[in-house]
Amino acid sequence: MPTTTETAEKAHAAEPRGGLRRRWGNSVLPRHLTLAALGLLAVTVVLETTGSFANSQLASMAYLGIAAGGLTVLTGLNGQLSLGHGAFMAVGAYTTALFLDGDNPLPLPGVLAAATLVTLLVGAAVGVAAARLHGPYIAGATLALAVAVPGVVLHFDRLGGEQGLGVRMPETPAWVLDAAYFVTGSELNPTKYVAYIGWAALVVTYVLLANLMRGRVGRTWRAVRDDEVAAEIAGVHLGRARVLAFVVSTACAGLAGAVMAMAVRITAPSGFSLTLSLTLLSAVVLGGLGSLTGALIGSALLTFLPHLVTGVGVDAGLTDVRAAELAPAVYGLTMIVVILVAPAGITGTVRNLWRRRRGAA
Amino acid sequence: MSPPTTATTERTDREGGPPAVFSITDVSVRFGGVQALSAVSLDVAPRQVLGVIGPNGAGKTTLFNVACGFVRPDTGRLLWKGEELTGLRPHRLASLGIGRTLQGLGLFDRMTVLENVMVGADRHARTGFASALFGLGRGARDDAALAARAREALAGLGVERYADRLPGSLPYPVRKRVALARALVGEPELLLLDEPAGGLANDDMAELGELIRGLTDRMAVMLVEHHMDLVMSVCDDITVLDFGRVIARGGPDEVRRDPAVVAAYLGEEVGDDAGDVAGGETGGETGEETGDRRPGAGE
Repeated sequence: MPTTTETAEKAHAAEPRGGLRRRWGNSVLPRHLTLAALGLLAVTVVLETTGSFANSQLASMAYLGIAAGGLTVLTGLNGQLSLGHGAFMAVGAYTTALFLDGDNPLPLPGVLAAATLVTLLVGAAVGVAAARLHGPYIAGATLALAVAVPGVVLHFDRLGGEQGLGVRMPETPAWVLDAAYFVTGSELNPTKYVAYIGWAALVVTYVLLANLMRGRVGRTWRAVRDDEVAAEIAGVHLGRARVLAFVVSTACAGLAGAVMAMAVRITAPSGFSLTLSLTLLSAVVLGGLGSLTGALIGSALLTFLPHLVTGVGVDAGLTDVRAAELAPAVYGLTMIVVILVAPAGITGTVRNLWRRRRGAA
Repeated sequence: MSPPTTATTERTDREGGPPAVFSITDVSVRFGGVQALSAVSLDVAPRQVLGVIGPNGAGKTTLFNVACGFVRPDTGRLLWKGEELTGLRPHRLASLGIGRTLQGLGLFDRMTVLENVMVGADRHARTGFASALFGLGRGARDDAALAARAREALAGLGVERYADRLPGSLPYPVRKRVALARALVGEPELLLLDEPAGGLANDDMAELGELIRGLTDRMAVMLVEHHMDLVMSVCDDITVLDFGRVIARGGPDEVRRDPAVVAAYLGEEVGDDAGDVAGGETGGETGEETGDRRPGAGE
């Protein structure tokens, strides 16, 4: 009977490789880090070449993308349908608003980490309860959360009631301004600063999520999704796997909420309605369940499509109000078309086509 | 043969055998008003193939589910290598060294064959969440080791060329082998096979028989099966259940001639044309009949 190390050595001996490769093993981290660096480079180029409005749109895309990335892990990989991720974003956003409220707030990375951690703890409590539920019941429970959280907020004066809390962005640190000027040759305005923070947070989140998805943890999540009895017999503790997926996912939502608070500059109950939760879900479904690329594409569509459609409407001679009404209609139609024509979402459909072509070749 | 130990001396009918690796002692299970198992006992000796047979609804699957912790017995004990298993939960099986295949295969449809088998090998993984999160080399090396084990298990069953395919696209006999590889890759000391021959053609079944015999140099096997010719040819020992009770136990020849067994199978001779007796129409009718009488006794 071969021991683990023997088998591992055999696996290593089977593939000759250079020094770096040996050091990393078969790690996917170098690949993910390279992609992340390229992504950051692209983001920098885009943010520097576009105006303030586009920058703020890109900041929205970043926080939607972070939350959608977390949701795609939960729903696509682990099969738990959450309709309450907007509520977890609210937890992250309010935490951020409160942390930035004092005279000497934590530095921003600290605030982001605190918001993530607080949401993670709330997510753990909800996740333990959700792990006892199945399929539609999880959806129901999280739906209740999405409806309840904005209502609960109203009862606490400290949280600003209906008006919400203003988010005081701290002064951009001088070294950041200097560094930005040194690299890009232009002044860094606050909008752009938030967009950079958002995209940096997104890149870090996606690298960590991609690591999880590719490895043992992601495999366990998918096994639980596909057949829980078989997974259990193979030694997977179902409850633990489900709670872990839920906690990871809600931590992402918390971080997204923090970025949202900074980008929108106000956290009010109306910002975290059920619509936000459903928007996230539709981003994930549009892009393709279980794929980070899909989550990113979905959030891009949801961010840019309404403005694009409104623009087209105005050009076609509609009044501004009419043109604005066009956006939800087109959005709804897109959703219907994707589900009818490409139920696997955009990335899923592309992948299937590619597989079929490769199979035919 | 080693002398009897405490685990086996309790059992009058199995005295003199080697110490059992797994024992079920006086297990009873009730589902509502239905007595699915009453005082069932059996021992699986190391490197032995034990068959559990009986008409449909006799309680075979319930017995398996008790052995796996899916059903908690009302009374009775489970012993694993002489130690009592209390509050057994299915996810503990793999780490104890018990593997199981499912009647419905239970393959993970949206994962490749290799990944399916890697899940089965998970108990050999050593690294945890943090190294997975940060993509550390340790986690990756661990994964490579799991993949190597999984490929080895697939190769052992002659299906390694399907490693990168999705199970749904494969013929049924191949999928059965993948499911078996997933159970074997955990290197269990006891393998529970739930209807391993279900859905297989005769040639495949002969191969399966050889395969199961081949496993006994590494592990003990307990199987539930309808196809009598397979059971008679691979099992060292057979336990026959009817109405949730053990009505006979012994070697294939003993069991075949046992009047109680013959009666349970509606008077047809057990073992000749066996496929017709239990797996064919007669078995089906028996199943319906007994199923009606004991609706909760099945899965």
